Amino acid sequence: MRLSSRPKLKPAAQLALIGVALFTFLGVGDEDARFKDIGHHLMCVCSCGQVLLECNHVGCQYSDRMRNELAAALDRGDNDDLTIQSFIQKYGMTVVAAPSTKGFGRVAWIMPFAVLLAGMGTLVWIVRSWRMRPAPALADGIRPVKGPELERFREQADKETDL
Amino acid sequence: MSQFSSVALPQVGSFVLLLALALGAYSFLAGAFALFLGGKEGEYLGETARRAGIATFAAVFLAAVALVTAAFTDDFSIAYIFHHSNRDLPGPYKFAVLWSGQEGSLLFWSLLLATYGFVLRLRYKTDPRLFAYASVVIAAVQVFFLMLLNFAAHPFAILQGQLPPDGSGLNPLLQYPEMVIHPPMLYLGYVGFTVPFAFALGALIMRYPGEKWIHITRRWTMVTWGFLTIGIFLGAHWAYAVLGWGGYWGWDPVENASLMPWLTGTAFLHSVMMQEKRGMLKTWNMWLIFATFWLAILGTFLTRSGIISSVHAFAQSSIGAWFFWFLIVSLATFVFFYVQNKSHLRSEHKLESMISRESSFLFNNLLFVIACFTVLWGTWFPKISELVQGNKVTVGAPFYNNVAVPVALLLLLLTAVGPLLAWRRTSLESLRRNFMWPALGGLAVGILMMILGVRPWKDVAYFYSLMAAMLATLVMLTVISEFIRGGRVISRHTGFSLPGSMLHLWHRNTRRYGGYIVHFGVAVVIIGILGTPFNRDVEKEMGFGDKMNLGPYTLVCQSYTQDDNANYSNEWAIINVFKGDQQITTLYPERRLYKASSQPQTIPRIYPTYAQDLFLVSDLYIVYEGRNDTTGQPIIKAHLNPLVPWIWTGLIVMIFGTITCLIPNTAPLRATVPARVQTAPVVGAGD
Repeated sequence: MRLSSRPKLKPAAQLALIGVALFTFLGVGDEDARFKDIGHHLMCVCSCGQVLLECNHVGCQYSDRMRNELAAALDRGDNDDLTIQSFIQKYGMTVVAAPSTKGFGRVAWIMPFAVLLAGMGTLVWIVRSWRMRPAPALADGIRPVKGPELERFREQADKETDL
Repeated sequence: MSQFSSVALPQVGSFVLLLALALGAYSFLAGAFALFLGGKEGEYLGETARRAGIATFAAVFLAAVALVTAAFTDDFSIAYIFHHSNRDLPGPYKFAVLWSGQEGSLLFWSLLLATYGFVLRLRYKTDPRLFAYASVVIAAVQVFFLMLLNFAAHPFAILQGQLPPDGSGLNPLLQYPEMVIHPPMLYLGYVGFTVPFAFALGALIMRYPGEKWIHITRRWTMVTWGFLTIGIFLGAHWAYAVLGWGGYWGWDPVENASLMPWLTGTAFLHSVMMQEKRGMLKTWNMWLIFATFWLAILGTFLTRSGIISSVHAFAQSSIGAWFFWFLIVSLATFVFFYVQNKSHLRSEHKLESMISRESSFLFNNLLFVIACFTVLWGTWFPKISELVQGNKVTVGAPFYNNVAVPVALLLLLLTAVGPLLAWRRTSLESLRRNFMWPALGGLAVGILMMILGVRPWKDVAYFYSLMAAMLATLVMLTVISEFIRGGRVISRHTGFSLPGSMLHLWHRNTRRYGGYIVHFGVAVVIIGILGTPFNRDVEKEMGFGDKMNLGPYTLVCQSYTQDDNANYSNEWAIINVFKGDQQITTLYPERRLYKASSQPQTIPRIYPTYAQDLFLVSDLYIVYEGRNDTTGQPIIKAHLNPLVPWIWTGLIVMIFGTITCLIPNTAPLRATVPARVQTAPVVGAGD
């Protein structure tokens, strides 16, 4: 009874709850999943420009060795950060497939979303200011149109309605 | 003949290139002066400039013919031919030598620009003054490329030292049928955007009244966009079918360079309708078409200057400075004319409602531009990081997948909603009515995927796939419902059958309904992409009779065999593929060793499983990786890539839609029903 007397959640709030619940479970995985996950966050250093687990070059001098190193690190029980750090120490910063989420690397991640938000905000502001513009004043009520002017309006309506 | 060509071709080629530069420069200078002069004198001078422009095309064409002839006659005295061809290179690839290297591809670029200019100058009577302005702009761009060819990247440069008996050969990666058509398509797209830009700038400079320049360039823009789309997809398919890594898009700077003008070009195709229909977004459109042109050049600068690392061959060269200054000059020129004439670009109407076709176009444009910015930002960030903190970082697929995918999903949502909105304003009731069934369809697909085992909470990639599937379904159902709704209206008025009415509906407004078909194709492409998180692969050393399981398929190695021809020696595996007990096909993954370049190359074999799963089709993708150095055993790698064939199907739908957009409209049928019925609200919100 008490539950039913509570105000109902709005659809947006319900969606947000579902979203939070979904993301709570993100990141759950086993050893294989960790291998795949970290392997997709590292680059092969053979200059092929491909992610480690996707480098498939015949006779590649690096990818097999790097995969073995990754598997060994996971077997040792190294955590994700430690594993990636050991690769950075050995192969340099460019071994990581995406900028870090710390320090200056964070700018890479934030910038597109910041521009998106700024763009959205600007657009909403522009649209609102357009809507606020005063409508052209009519002389005395609605003036009936006919002849060529009416034809022009009809053409405009056709153009704007397409069908 | 060979002796003649070895003496004459470099000289002929060099001469016609120089002649082309002189003619192009005359066309630009005389054309500009004629416009300044005006009157009868200006008209005469302008005519000579127009003819010089046409002659430029003839000269550049001759230069291209000379280079191709040099490839076919094995004229290795020309350094470019020596580096990119050899005697035993098959004929079609000798033709493709024209665009296989830096200098040749610049000549090809120049040829395409000259061809576009040629067509434009022949059609000048449509609007002589506007065409004269556009012709001058095109001539200016042409002069830049001809200067580059004559002074920085000469395709007819003579090889120093003793004449070699054979050439170094074409890069094995480029010896694939698609490489004969992929670069021309891509370049037709890149170069083609110069034409609408030239008209836009011309219209701005002369303060051209009305939107006629948009009507004139509408087909140019559509065709150009179509070429660029085909070029990008062919490049993706080439990467998929040749590189042997089982993927089709690697976010390499060269790939990004092609995507950026495509994104702004697509935004332009949408926003230009606002200007046509409502006289709005004039300034935005001007900037958008300039950005598209500019990004095509910027992409070339990025990938050919060596400033950004790329796996593509053009990387290191000295022509970057030329492109840099061209970018600066073109930006300065555009800004100058924009500032001078911006008062001419005032909107004729105001936006009346947030829920309207206009606002959907605004948000669609914003998202396209943000997507373009994201790609540009990701491409530049390694350089920015190096400048700021002294060390380079990699910006690879994980960055783009996490940043670009959400923007792409928002765009997909707008693709679904946009067509349901009417110009000026749409009532929420109308939106709900038109949107409900497609939305329920999308939701049903999402639930079905979860029932089938997709767990969006396990991996963000699955979450994106689920969202993409739902939104792609929404787009497809929206398009179908728009056709059905419009078809019903026509059917009621004319008595035609529903399919006949839908056909008539499309024919009455080919651009709009062709655009919907393109949207449908995009949704199909998205369905092809969303299978990526479910890709599987296995790798094994396989002797005769060895088996390997991949999903429901079993691969059995039957044998290995070898062959040899003048161009390469090769070895391939014979792999029988079974599903259950039934053999469904035999595949022959191959490994080649090209003799001229001594470079190995894998040729994967791909089997789309249409016969087994029509809708949930997968690609069975087999690579013969070579032999294990220690054991000598052949290594086979197999991928099972779900839904990938839909990507190429989607491209075909997109191109079909683009072509249908180019077909002229028919006149509307006269209804034979009483006037009372005609005035009823017959069409959905989108109209």
